[in-house]
Amino acid sequence: MLTLEALTIRQDDFQLVANLSVDVGITAVMGPSGAGKSTFLNAIAGFVAGSGVIKLDGDRIDTLQPAKRPVSMIFQDNNLFPHLTICENVGLGLRLNRKLKEAERQVVSAVLEKVGLSGLGARKPAALSGGQQSRAALARTLLAGQPVVLLDEPFSALGPGLKDEMLDLMRDILTEDRGCTVLMVTHDPNDAKRIADQVIWVGDGIAAPPVATADFFGDPPEGLRDYLGKMG
Amino acid sequence: MAHSPVAINPRWPGGVVAGLVLALTLGTLCAVALRAKFQTGLGAADWAAIRFTVSQAFVSAALSCLLAIPVARALARRQFRGRRAVITLLGAPFLLPVIVAVLGLIMVFGRNGLLNGALGFFGLQEISIYGFHGVVLAHVFFNMPLVTRLILQGWLSIPSERFRLAASLGAPIGRLIEWPMLRGVLPSAFLVVFLICLTSFAVALTLGGGPKATTVELAIYQALRFDFDLGRAALLALVQFCICAIAALFAWGVTSPDLSGAGLDRAVQRWDGGIKRDALIICLAAMFLLLPLGMIVLRGLAGVSSLPPEVWQAAVRSVIVALCSAMLCTLMALALALRAGRLVAVTGVLPLAASSLVVGTGLFLLVYPFVNPAKLALAITVLVNAVLALPFVLRSIGPAVAKIEADFGRLGASLGMTQGTWLMRIVLPRLRGPIGFGAGLAAALSMGDLGVIALFAGDAQETLPLAMYRLMGAYRTEAASGAGLLLLTLSFALFWICDRGGRADVDT
Repeated sequence: MLTLEALTIRQDDFQLVANLSVDVGITAVMGPSGAGKSTFLNAIAGFVAGSGVIKLDGDRIDTLQPAKRPVSMIFQDNNLFPHLTICENVGLGLRLNRKLKEAERQVVSAVLEKVGLSGLGARKPAALSGGQQSRAALARTLLAGQPVVLLDEPFSALGPGLKDEMLDLMRDILTEDRGCTVLMVTHDPNDAKRIADQVIWVGDGIAAPPVATADFFGDPPEGLRDYLGKMG
Repeated sequence: MAHSPVAINPRWPGGVVAGLVLALTLGTLCAVALRAKFQTGLGAADWAAIRFTVSQAFVSAALSCLLAIPVARALARRQFRGRRAVITLLGAPFLLPVIVAVLGLIMVFGRNGLLNGALGFFGLQEISIYGFHGVVLAHVFFNMPLVTRLILQGWLSIPSERFRLAASLGAPIGRLIEWPMLRGVLPSAFLVVFLICLTSFAVALTLGGGPKATTVELAIYQALRFDFDLGRAALLALVQFCICAIAALFAWGVTSPDLSGAGLDRAVQRWDGGIKRDALIICLAAMFLLLPLGMIVLRGLAGVSSLPPEVWQAAVRSVIVALCSAMLCTLMALALALRAGRLVAVTGVLPLAASSLVVGTGLFLLVYPFVNPAKLALAITVLVNAVLALPFVLRSIGPAVAKIEADFGRLGASLGMTQGTWLMRIVLPRLRGPIGFGAGLAAALSMGDLGVIALFAGDAQETLPLAMYRLMGAYRTEAASGAGLLLLTLSFALFWICDRGGRADVDT
């Protein structure tokens, strides 16, 4: 259980307050552009300073440096280091400082196989397609084994078919196998409907407590109606 | 974008380097100020030196800018085979050891040079390369190409749509599009060149001299080396610092020029004429740069085989100094780039306005009571060369470090990388290109340096440029050309090897 108690982020004339808790499973984070969805995730990861308390299963984590928080993050882009091979990139989830040992290489190979990249470990990221790069980032997250995973529109650059494939893969390996708490920023209601158990609405300076996905879209908040209306 | 509270780049080394640079530039100034002999004041010869220093720098900068405009314009609007070679050639004088270029210029414009040969053939009066116009000529040779590249950058940053629009309207391109760009680029180019010419000791040493053509730096050198009048040398060093400081205040905010030449390999499509004139201008500019270099190579080939053994020893010494200086400079630039911020910005431009002779005089005064300065000549040369090359190397490494942090800083932090891991596994491998380029630059600059070494060195510490200078002074032109060719080859080879090493097998 990830709990945010009066988490408040202030930047110039922008403010966002969150008072909520999130269970194991997938939670979509939605809201209009500029409402602070990314900032919200960055505050949980520790990249943006905020006041208030963040707890995971009762332990405070807001006092920790980003590196020490039990959190993995997948960003919109730049998730892989271009000068390292896929194997090395994924291996960073296991060990940061040196080359991998043989046993560790085997673990990496197994994870690569799981995300459908077997045999591609020796390549550099530039030699992979966008979808394959996303899979590699996911593989590293899997190896890092953190209980909380934050995704900041990680698949927005992929086509619809590929994106659905990635979403399903993510649900299978992160929540069903591992029991992670996943927060995923998305613009697309279909993403949320496809895999999210619940939805957090970010708007008007507030990150609202999560609502079950069916209820959320059955009785959408006013902001969402405007948002979807504008899209349509 | 929010400021992230993550500090994955180590900051303390940058602080140490900033302290070192401040100590070398401003600290040596204190040593100079304490020792300066104020009682006698400045004599008539000193005032003449000040006037000469400022006026030659002013004329050199103005001419460099004026001549660079047509060359840049011709290069900006013409696409031709060999254009890339011409642009590379424009980068060469910056790496070229000053003394080599001076010898080349003497072979073309000097008493027995090509030009006077031609003039004599037509029965015209000979010209002399020594004195005011010789100094200006050499400065134009070095700086006109630099300004050309700066202006070319400005020209190529004008969107091509504007030229199309002007062409379709029949509007005057010059007044409407080009003049505003030049007004933006030229003042800073002028100030950079002005600063460079204020502190170019080697040119004054070789082509100046005498009561009419002595710069303040040359006067410092003479006071220290010939008269051993430390008080007067210190006073002159103070004067030189003031001149540079005033110029630097005007140049405040002018960043050191980008020497990488990135993005210059395309031409703007335009619809105005003058092809023949452009071709002529480009040919003249290329000849102005190539003839002196060609003369060095031609005459040097004959001289290399008969070089005295001291010259080879000096060459080895120079290569070691250059490599140490490049390594030190690159490490310092890296430390500063990792720290970033205000202090670093100041530290990064301060050496641009520093005179190696002022720094050298200060160091001389500091070490002289304790140890024979000649013993420290090479170590001090390594240090001073590294600091003076710092602005240019930082210009290459700084933006690259900032980009790595912007792109991957959060990823590194979220993976829990320590500063050491981040540096060794991510920053250094991704910086190979800029580090190679920067190290090559620093090595070539140090290889050709004839500044602080002239103040300190005895025979046992002679570097290759100094050995070449002494050969020239003894009118051993053949051997001097041989040494020049050797120096030229070593300088460009060091740059090429470093730059190549950084570029090979790079993943973007």
